[in-house]
Amino acid sequence: MTEERDALVEAVREFADAELAPNASRWDTEKHFPIDTLRKAGQLGLGGVYVREDFGGSGLSRLDAVAMFEELAKGDTAIAAYISIHNMVAWMIDTFGDVAQRERWIPGLTAMTDLGSYCLTEPGAGSDAAAITTSARREGDEYVINGVKQFVSGAGSSAVYVVMARTGDQGPKGISAIVVPDGTPGLSFGRNEQKMGWNAQPTRQVVFEDVRVPIANRLSAEGEGFGIAMKGLNGGRLNIAACSIGGAQWALERALRYVSERETFGAPLATNQAVMFTLADMETDLQAARALLQRAAAKLDDGASDVVPACAMAKRFATDAAFDVANSALQLHGGYGYLHEYGIERVVRDLRVHQILEGTNEIMRLIVGRDLVSKL
Amino acid sequence: MKIIVLVKEVPDTYGERKLDLETGLADRAASESVLDEISERALEVALAHAGSAGSAGDVEVVVLSMAPESAAATIRKGLAMGAASAIHIADPDLAGADLGLTARTLAAAIRRAGFDLVITGNLSTDGSGGVLAAMLAELLEVPNVTALSSVEITADTVAGTRSTDDAAMRVSAPLPAVISITEALPDARLPNFKGIMAAKKKPFETLTAADLGIEPHDLSVAASILTAIAEKPPRAAGVKITDEGDGGTKIAEFLIENRLA
Repeated sequence: MTEERDALVEAVREFADAELAPNASRWDTEKHFPIDTLRKAGQLGLGGVYVREDFGGSGLSRLDAVAMFEELAKGDTAIAAYISIHNMVAWMIDTFGDVAQRERWIPGLTAMTDLGSYCLTEPGAGSDAAAITTSARREGDEYVINGVKQFVSGAGSSAVYVVMARTGDQGPKGISAIVVPDGTPGLSFGRNEQKMGWNAQPTRQVVFEDVRVPIANRLSAEGEGFGIAMKGLNGGRLNIAACSIGGAQWALERALRYVSERETFGAPLATNQAVMFTLADMETDLQAARALLQRAAAKLDDGASDVVPACAMAKRFATDAAFDVANSALQLHGGYGYLHEYGIERVVRDLRVHQILEGTNEIMRLIVGRDLVSKL
Repeated sequence: MKIIVLVKEVPDTYGERKLDLETGLADRAASESVLDEISERALEVALAHAGSAGSAGDVEVVVLSMAPESAAATIRKGLAMGAASAIHIADPDLAGADLGLTARTLAAAIRRAGFDLVITGNLSTDGSGGVLAAMLAELLEVPNVTALSSVEITADTVAGTRSTDDAAMRVSAPLPAVISITEALPDARLPNFKGIMAAKKKPFETLTAADLGIEPHDLSVAASILTAIAEKPPRAAGVKITDEGDGGTKIAEFLIENRLA
């Protein structure tokens, strides 16, 4: 089992070394979304890591997945994070779709010839996701969708959009998950947002104006959408945490090399105890984050009853710790850390948003705290 | 058709490679171990043929290696890339085997498995012997074409281009045969997850020298003797040529003097 995971992770490492790392800086500068490279990721098996095998998924575990996303993120954090989102979309269709839906969408998604986007957040509904107002009105055997989705990764490049829309009353029980294929009339996209990081993947608004799709495009029953969205996010949180750890681990390794080579006052930086303490804290925090993440991934694999708080605390801790580690790596590099060509500042910029998306770290604390209090 | 591809685990050329001065063997702990890139290219030649329209789907690719037990994971990578089965000759008595013993052992395994074509790299990045393919052909009593930069395989022949310093030769041989290939041939495919998962279910045979009727310490067979071993000399500072108007001439003289021109 371990030998097999090692071989899988090794294959991902080779892919990240060959295809991502040499290009990460340029993709960030040019805001280039490398669709060709994503196809290669699909050939490797990264399009549906924990999607069932009958329509092309890799059928692996969440423990496998977090080890893989960490390796991917060492090559390019922003692309690794997009692949995480794509996997969440593929998993939702695979898990909650019927055979016809799976047969239609899963082969393209797992091969990554078709990319996926997840549409939940709206301009007026972020953390309070149950307050979304995008509506799907039933007309005959079609839904007519109207509304705006915000911060959609891959929007404009994706073939498949999983959209959370209101088919019923206010609140979480009135929400359904509907698949909208690219090219459906009335579907349009906002401009590519100018962001602090994550420049290698596009983020746009997705606009629905009388978009008509068959009722057969709905995943699971009407009103089940919010549950699907939240279940998808459990895994999404693990993968984002893994991406954070990977980016930070890369930055730590760079910093280690730098402090052993760079001399100040006649000796390598690493001979300073203050530097040594910083390195020790960085390593300790990353190992703690990885342990918490593996624990949560095992719980998701086992279907444990406390999987939601376990994923939330892993996401909160790992994304905070990893951002701090990357920021420390920048500080250890001095002025060079601030230069684009060293790559450290890019990782810091890319990791910052992991504390915000897939549920902000404040919402993660709410989940963990409410779970604690509910047991009183 | 059965194609046997020789694969070898070697110390990664990216790292510092060391010899153990006591035993004269490669210090495997000193660097990462990887599947030799030329082995991967040899396997790619076989897999590309197996997957081609002309192969009629009846090509079986077997990877064969003589290596310490620890090399099993590296050999399994060949299965993950697409080989159907693997033969691993792992025997502590074969540690440090010279080319003659290596060739005798591999030839015995190849005969035992049966073959139409054997493909090897032209030269490993560690031993750099470059003669194993010829030795195998001799022992197996089949034709040998070496250093191919292109390969075409049909049901009963193998042909290709053999580059020399002066010209490119078109060569061919009837099967069964042994060929070696150069790094002019394409990079190998990356194993994908499906291949890696499938690899664990594929036949993986582990053999000892005795299984092959080979006596590693047979003193009646000629063997090479290690007479000296030394640490690689530390790298000296390079020669700096300052251009005082005659830089070009000086560089030319340097190249001629060092037989680099």
